[in-house]
Amino acid sequence: MIEVVIEDRCSGCGDCVEACPSDVLALGEGGKAVIAAQADCQTCLLCELYCPADALFVWPETERVAGVTAQQALASGQLGAFRRDHGWGEHAANRTNQHWRMGAIFERARLQAIELAAAKAARTEEGSST
Amino acid sequence: MSEVLTLATEVLVIGGGLAGAWAAVAAAREGADVVLVDKGHCGTSGVTATAGPGHWWVPPDRRETAVADRLQRSLGLGDPDWMGRILDLTWTSLPGLADHYAFSTDDRGEIQHRALRGPEYMRAMRAYAVAAGARILDHHPALQLLRHGDGSIAGASGIALRGERPWTIRAGAVVLAAGGTAFASRLLGSATNTGDGLLMGAEAGADLSGMEFTNYYTPALAGTNMARSMAYSFARWFDADDRELDIPNGPDVTPHLARALLKGPLFCRLDRVPDDIRAVMPQVQPNFVLPFARLGIDAYGERFEVVLHAEGTVRGIGGLRVDDQDCQTAVPGLYVAGDNASRELVTGAISGGGAVNSSWALSSGQWAGAAAARRARSTGARATDLAITTGRAGLIPRRDVRPVDTAGAVQAVREELNAYDKNIFRQGEALEASLARLDGIWKELADHGRAEGRAGLRLREAAALVAAGRWSKAAALARRESRGMHRREDAPGLDPRLSCRQRAQGLDRVFTRFEPAPAPDPLRAEVA
Repeated sequence: MIEVVIEDRCSGCGDCVEACPSDVLALGEGGKAVIAAQADCQTCLLCELYCPADALFVWPETERVAGVTAQQALASGQLGAFRRDHGWGEHAANRTNQHWRMGAIFERARLQAIELAAAKAARTEEGSST
Repeated sequence: MSEVLTLATEVLVIGGGLAGAWAAVAAAREGADVVLVDKGHCGTSGVTATAGPGHWWVPPDRRETAVADRLQRSLGLGDPDWMGRILDLTWTSLPGLADHYAFSTDDRGEIQHRALRGPEYMRAMRAYAVAAGARILDHHPALQLLRHGDGSIAGASGIALRGERPWTIRAGAVVLAAGGTAFASRLLGSATNTGDGLLMGAEAGADLSGMEFTNYYTPALAGTNMARSMAYSFARWFDADDRELDIPNGPDVTPHLARALLKGPLFCRLDRVPDDIRAVMPQVQPNFVLPFARLGIDAYGERFEVVLHAEGTVRGIGGLRVDDQDCQTAVPGLYVAGDNASRELVTGAISGGGAVNSSWALSSGQWAGAAAARRARSTGARATDLAITTGRAGLIPRRDVRPVDTAGAVQAVREELNAYDKNIFRQGEALEASLARLDGIWKELADHGRAEGRAGLRLREAAALVAAGRWSKAAALARRESRGMHRREDAPGLDPRLSCRQRAQGLDRVFTRFEPAPAPDPLRAEVA
């Protein structure tokens, strides 16, 4: 769930307000993003991607408000980590999108499962022949 | 209540996920005026935006084999011609996105079109639709369809969330691309997918198909929604006493995991994920690694608890029935695309997973969009013709207006449609009990429910969830056999007489009927 907006970082651009698919965020009276409907947050993390200032912090638990403070979010080292891993915005220059490897990774898993099944069958055979 | 926003356009697309965005592109390319409305934000809404869809991307010389294989696994419900059509269109469409999506190259420098990462894909689709000339209205959920006196579709009405301002958009044709529904589970990205498009379509006179196939589940770290399943294909599974369970990974893993979960907590170790894959994972699936990093769990080093999230019709199959090659429904001027439509034609009785479903969204979106444009360009928006509202439950109560328990209705759907024992291991009596409970809730909502603004949207969402749940339970009850993902504990095995698709319809009373089984094709039989 979205936990906190780091006010010092928020520029008030409103990109997160527009991007949120569940309409959780709003621009507050001070011109900064505020969490207006926390219970509607679906923990999709996309507001973090759309925040160029890395001012938003989403906690992965979906069922409860964890109560993360701005200080804790800053100390976590995780602010902006999601945007960086994605190679979003300015990170495009040094983080490539490796998503295309998914097919090959699934294939590795399939082959591993076949190998494990064969090893198990061999063990069973060994067991029954002794 | 503020002034009603009124617009007229040739094509209205409802839903800005993968299928809706492709529909807007195709309709605009035909030269039509296009408005796309989304409940959230076109670019982040829908289940594609949080995922990483592959596509059914097969070179021409391998398609015959791919179709033959898929047809066999569709267990009598697929259609080879539709499979061939989506393979063709996927192959020719994806390269066209290159102006908006930075396709990766593999280690040999070859461009990789098959799999696109969700947030980047949907950001590109929004840009593609805008570049084609479509007008996008975000945070504008549709509440109901409008029709002409002759029964054809006349547009839709809904509410702009900012300012809670009602809107009415008249259109010569409408594409419903509002997604499927995960029945209010915690499936990643599915919170706004409440089946609204199924309810709106049915109220306007469309019927559904394949609604019994709604029981695909995906594992996730307990307490989170992170249903990115790739790493779990390497998983080892453990019970609460840390005894390893004999569960081989593969396409049939779900019932094993569900049985274990019915006995107690289920744990997982990902220590068999190879090191090179661990290293690259943050750049393959950045969202998969995030919950572990923030919760301080070493994903590959320690065991952690997992749950299964219900995917409903999302990786299930059912939806509005496509009635012709253009993805028109049984209602003239109403087209349907993506997960809003039944995908049986291309998936049969098994999940379309990421790949086939994405190709279906891309293809059905474009066929629906282009055909809607052609129709609307010949009829015009007909904006001054009389239009009749079609929405009922939550909008026009049948009896006196009374407060209804919207949250309770959603919770009931969750209990009846997500529970492993009720939805994975199905049996007649339990299905009947679920249906009776949901019928009662439907009656309450339809008889007495009425609300404005956001509360009105929540009420319509609840009604859509309950309606979809009823069609699913009724279809599962009538299909007294086990076929593909639909598993009847009281009727194991295929019944050859039921090797055909099943339609569902009705709101106050739900009913289903099987289509006649197709006659065996003598040519194919001869070849076989």
